[in-house]
Amino acid sequence: MSNTKEFKPTDWGSPEMQARTRRRYRRDRNFKAMGVSAVLLAALFLFLLIGKIARDGAMGFLQTSIDIDVTFSEEILGDPRAMSAEAFEDHVRQANMIRLLDEALTTEFPEVTSRRDRRSLIRMISGGAREQLRTMVLETPAIVGSTRTVRLLAADDIDQLRKGKIDAAEEEANRKVKDKELAWYRKLDEEGRVSLNFHTRFFTSGDSRDPELAGIWGATMGSALTLVVTLFIAFPVGVLTAIYLEEFAPQNRLTDIIEININNLAAVPSIVFGLLGLAVFLGVMHLPRSAPVVGGLTLALMTLPTIIISARASIKAVPPSIRDAARGLGASPMQVVFHHVVPLAMPGILTGTIIGMAQALGETAPLLMIGMVAFIVDIPGGFTDAATALPVQIFLWADSPERAFVEKTSAAILVLLTFLIAMNGLAIWLRQKFERQW
Amino acid sequence: MTSAAIFLTLILLAIIAFVTVRQRSLSAVSGDTSKLHSLPRHYGYYAAVCALIPGLLIFIVWLVFGKNIIEGLVISGLPEGLHSQYMEQATLVLNRIRLAVENPVSGEKHPDILAAAQHFHSLYVKGIWATFALALSSALAGLLFANFKTSPDFRARNSFERVLTVLLILSSVIAIITTLGIVASLLFESLRFFQEVSVVDFVFGLHWSPQTALRSDQVAAAGAFGAVPLFAGTLLISFLAMMVAGPIGLLSAVYLTQYSSSRTRKIAKPLLEVLAGVPTVVYGFFAALTVAPLFRDFGDLIGVEIASESALAAGFVMGIMIIPFVSSLSDDAITAVPKSLKDGSLALGATRSETIVSVILPAALPGIVGAFLLAISRAVGETMIVVMAAGMQPNLTANPFEAVTTVTVQIVALLTGDQEFDSAKTLSAFALGLALFLSTMVLNIFALRIVRKYREVYD
Repeated sequence: MSNTKEFKPTDWGSPEMQARTRRRYRRDRNFKAMGVSAVLLAALFLFLLIGKIARDGAMGFLQTSIDIDVTFSEEILGDPRAMSAEAFEDHVRQANMIRLLDEALTTEFPEVTSRRDRRSLIRMISGGAREQLRTMVLETPAIVGSTRTVRLLAADDIDQLRKGKIDAAEEEANRKVKDKELAWYRKLDEEGRVSLNFHTRFFTSGDSRDPELAGIWGATMGSALTLVVTLFIAFPVGVLTAIYLEEFAPQNRLTDIIEININNLAAVPSIVFGLLGLAVFLGVMHLPRSAPVVGGLTLALMTLPTIIISARASIKAVPPSIRDAARGLGASPMQVVFHHVVPLAMPGILTGTIIGMAQALGETAPLLMIGMVAFIVDIPGGFTDAATALPVQIFLWADSPERAFVEKTSAAILVLLTFLIAMNGLAIWLRQKFERQW
Repeated sequence: MTSAAIFLTLILLAIIAFVTVRQRSLSAVSGDTSKLHSLPRHYGYYAAVCALIPGLLIFIVWLVFGKNIIEGLVISGLPEGLHSQYMEQATLVLNRIRLAVENPVSGEKHPDILAAAQHFHSLYVKGIWATFALALSSALAGLLFANFKTSPDFRARNSFERVLTVLLILSSVIAIITTLGIVASLLFESLRFFQEVSVVDFVFGLHWSPQTALRSDQVAAAGAFGAVPLFAGTLLISFLAMMVAGPIGLLSAVYLTQYSSSRTRKIAKPLLEVLAGVPTVVYGFFAALTVAPLFRDFGDLIGVEIASESALAAGFVMGIMIIPFVSSLSDDAITAVPKSLKDGSLALGATRSETIVSVILPAALPGIVGAFLLAISRAVGETMIVVMAAGMQPNLTANPFEAVTTVTVQIVALLTGDQEFDSAKTLSAFALGLALFLSTMVLNIFALRIVRKYREVYD
């Protein structure tokens, strides 16, 4: 009799059971909300990261210039009509272009007389102005004696002032641009001599200590040379390895070891590959330091597992019937693979290779180990020239104390990300265009 | 004569071999290819291979060992005085010689060094010509050999395919060679390091200051190589990273597999993958320039002192980087759980969250643990974020607000810039590298083991 109580069916309608159900549903909703917020949080991080860099970087593509009326005086440059072309060129190369600038600025600011002030006045113009004026004179000697309005790059602090990164309202002691310079700048600005232009030099020049002169072309070339070496080693070796493991390898210990090895290599930290490169390519083989060929070799070893794994997957996806048909027509095993399987697997292999190359393009740590981290002004022209790579350039600039390098770094990051997006886009396009359902 | 010229000559010879031998095979049967055992081009391929391989081997031997041999000769050929005086600094002398070779107008004055540079140069020129002659003659010999063998019943295709098979095997062995190279180079340099510093001091020492003195009478000449602060710093930052990436990665994997519509999933998954595609140097820049000051200011606001190179900032940003790693691996583990388990639980009246927590996640646990371990190994080996955002001070602390340093940061710090290759300071980087390599490898193997061993086999 006493047992009947326990067998009573649950009364779902009772207040406490309803409360319990509500509680359980609430918990489910909370859990779902947690999941949504996790995804949103991750997306938020991504947007913050890209947004912040894009905002900083957009300004990096622009550069402040100042229009100055420069009188190319014969006294300083020499008279091209009075001497031979070579003598004139020699004279111009030795001429002090700063004097030219000094005189131009004195005409603009006659009230500035003290030596110190004049020097800080000149310092408002980029140090690259000397070279710019010199090239102008050498290109057209006829301008000597005339007065031209020349658009000169502003020094980095003035550039930051123009872009509003230096706050004029701040106390003078905390400001990089002093009150005097601010007054000069305002005068130039009122005369309409200050302008903000697209900075092509950023894409065409090598590294420099001055932010307004620094560019990414050297690093881009370095990256390109490095990637060429990587591609030429990692692609053939990776594809041949994948072919061997998928099509020819017997089931034995050696094959097992190779497979385990490849999986392990894929997870080795990239900096360890840098140590390998340092010890073997530089230490044992005495290849030149900082050279793209060493960087390429190191990155090739690093990207090899990625390429092998993706190539194996796409070779495996080619249906056996293709092989059987080819063999039935009398093809040798090699002909089956190289005439039929590999061409069919090629889109997949290429996709994997491009993704591997994108990885290699973004990699920094191993390149630091093999000395591709030097300050290099010249554009590398060959595989053994000293070079740096785009991500390493970003690292170097990020370390620079000048305020103006922040936007240069961000701009370089934007360029790097553009390359990466283009490569990944190409990979996705290849996959979609040539993907085949068997 | 340059190395590139030798290489190009060899390629040219191979092409010539291909064309001539192919032609010869054709003319041997007067154009009737059915009488040939193989296709004409196979005879060509075979000849090209015969010409290329011996020459290429000689060329590679020269590239890899040439300079070393010459340097050995130059060193042993140095005059007696220079020899005894500088023997312990052989590399130094060699560098001076190399410098004198590379730019003749350098300020090198020492007559012996100049003579050695001259010697080096003449040996190098001799060496490269010898290589050229040897490579060329062996290539020609190969060509003649193939030419001689070419006859209608020569099985050219089979021979050529045998060479290809060897090439395939060689390619796959490169993966093994790479691993061996890593192990050997790390081990070799580490052993040299451990001759100077004992293993116990390195693994258990609490003090890290790798400044070795130039002269033995300097104060604090010894330098301390106790790596515990570095290990602790690495663990702290990895822990912080996992505190960010673990929950976010796992929860987003759960949401994307269990709750979201397939349309959301199609958008959100690639978005997460983008996080994985961003280069680490970008994260480092973000951490150093945006996140670290933000944390510091926030600390000021609530009265906690947070260093501007705090472990927290580096760990946090590293966590963001690892999110896609955790989420995609967990995603795989969760999707591998059979639908019947989920349906059974739902049919019994469990809510979705109850199903996930008490059925799906336990079933996917081995895969998730594996994902976490792989993510940790990733965090341990990550370099650029910590180089840019974490400090250089080897603090032994568990306080995330302070600056710590990690194994990878120290490797970079020790090896960037110009150092002698055999000082204890430089060698210690390889010991750290070895520790890094071993720990990440153990984590990986362990992760794969767990996944394999504890994976429930359903169906």
